[in-house]
Amino acid sequence: MKTLQVDARRLLCPMPVIRLQDSIEPLPVGTEVKIVCTDPGVINDIPAWCRINGHSILKINQQDDEFHITVRKDNDD
Amino acid sequence: MTRKAAALISGGLDSLLAAKAMQQQGIHVEGINFFTGFCVEGHTHAIRKKDKAKPKRNNALWVAEQLGIKLHIIDIVEEYKDVVINPKHGYGANLNPCLDCKIFMVSKAHQWILQKGFDFLVTGEVIGQRPMSQRKETMPIVANESGAEDLIVRPLCAKNLPPTRPELEGWIEREKMFDFSGRSRKPQMALAAEYGFDDYAQPAGGCCFLTDENYSVKLQDLWTNRGAKKYDIDDIMLLKVGRHVRPSQAFKLIIAREEGETRFLSGYRKQFQSIKTVSHAGPLALVEGATLNPEQIRQACAIVARFSKGKQADQVELSFSPANGEPQSLQVKPMPAHEIPQSWYLV
Ligand code: SF4
Repeated sequence: MKTLQVDARRLLCPMPVIRLQDSIEPLPVGTEVKIVCTDPGVINDIPAWCRINGHSILKINQQDDEFHITVRKDNDD
Repeated sequence: MTRKAAALISGGLDSLLAAKAMQQQGIHVEGINFFTGFCVEGHTHAIRKKDKAKPKRNNALWVAEQLGIKLHIIDIVEEYKDVVINPKHGYGANLNPCLDCKIFMVSKAHQWILQKGFDFLVTGEVIGQRPMSQRKETMPIVANESGAEDLIVRPLCAKNLPPTRPELEGWIEREKMFDFSGRSRKPQMALAAEYGFDDYAQPAGGCCFLTDENYSVKLQDLWTNRGAKKYDIDDIMLLKVGRHVRPSQAFKLIIAREEGETRFLSGYRKQFQSIKTVSHAGPLALVEGATLNPEQIRQACAIVARFSKGKQADQVELSFSPANGEPQSLQVKPMPAHEIPQSWYLV
């Protein structure tokens, strides 16, 4: 399945979370989304959002000042 | 049948308790959190190094996690402009349009519950807690103008208010709600302890930057000098960062105060004219306003040099870059502190 890419660079929290939330909503369960962010706050916020909504964090990578986070949609309710 | 309620979650203690009180009565609760662009949440913590030690968690997400509920974060930045620019009920002590803001948020949340098939709304308001928006007289105004009418339950002060439809229908019991009022936080703290919550956020003042005097001064300055009450999301983010110095109506400088701010402001270099010291360590500054003429460029550079390590030097080399253009190099004498009138500083 194709991984959807979301660019949330330069956005401050909670905007990256909103971008992720809104892009995940229409997708089928099992889809992976990779979001790229620069606000270090996402390291806490995106995992928290995933725990609340029952999705999984597959990977978190830091490359220079960027955070690359891969999330899998596990829940559709 | 399990009744469903949407709770307005700000991230503070009151909304946490209000939602919990409804869960205790067997209600299925989900949270709604509105993002206006002015929310105090995270931003400045993420930017300024000195705040690095503070937890950068998003309080609304944290609250939802404590409650084990879903949280829907709704971006209202665009629609909210009208609330900030033309508040029908006016502003509070600063540029905070609290009553209009409440009406707007409740009406959005009301539309949301209608769309999603939820039964009622929950807020953490307490009568008398905030001078403008949480008075007994304003509650019917919110109910009425938002269209939510008797579907707004305020569990923390419900016993001081007329019964709502969820009470009259028997979905929830009035007796199991509370009669808090006024500014004391003690009853909330006791209830938090009873529910087993600690480590909650206790925001002072309001939930957003519009209650902040310094912030409001900068926003007003932006409107005055633009000749129109207008803003976009970048404007309101930049008002949270740096030292703002306005030498003339034509432009102002946003000067980073430390490394974290420099990094943040550098993300805007393509959109704004910018100035950076070259010969000495110094801050990055953005120019907000008109395209500068050569004289203004020299003046702006002299001001920025004043905030660099070369402030005592005879000459400081700086680089001035047009928005998305080729940088030019300049040598200037830093402007002495006493030549920068206090009135130029927007604090
Ligand atoms: S403090 Fe800000 S977010 Fe809270 S009610 Fe007032 S204007 Fe709205």
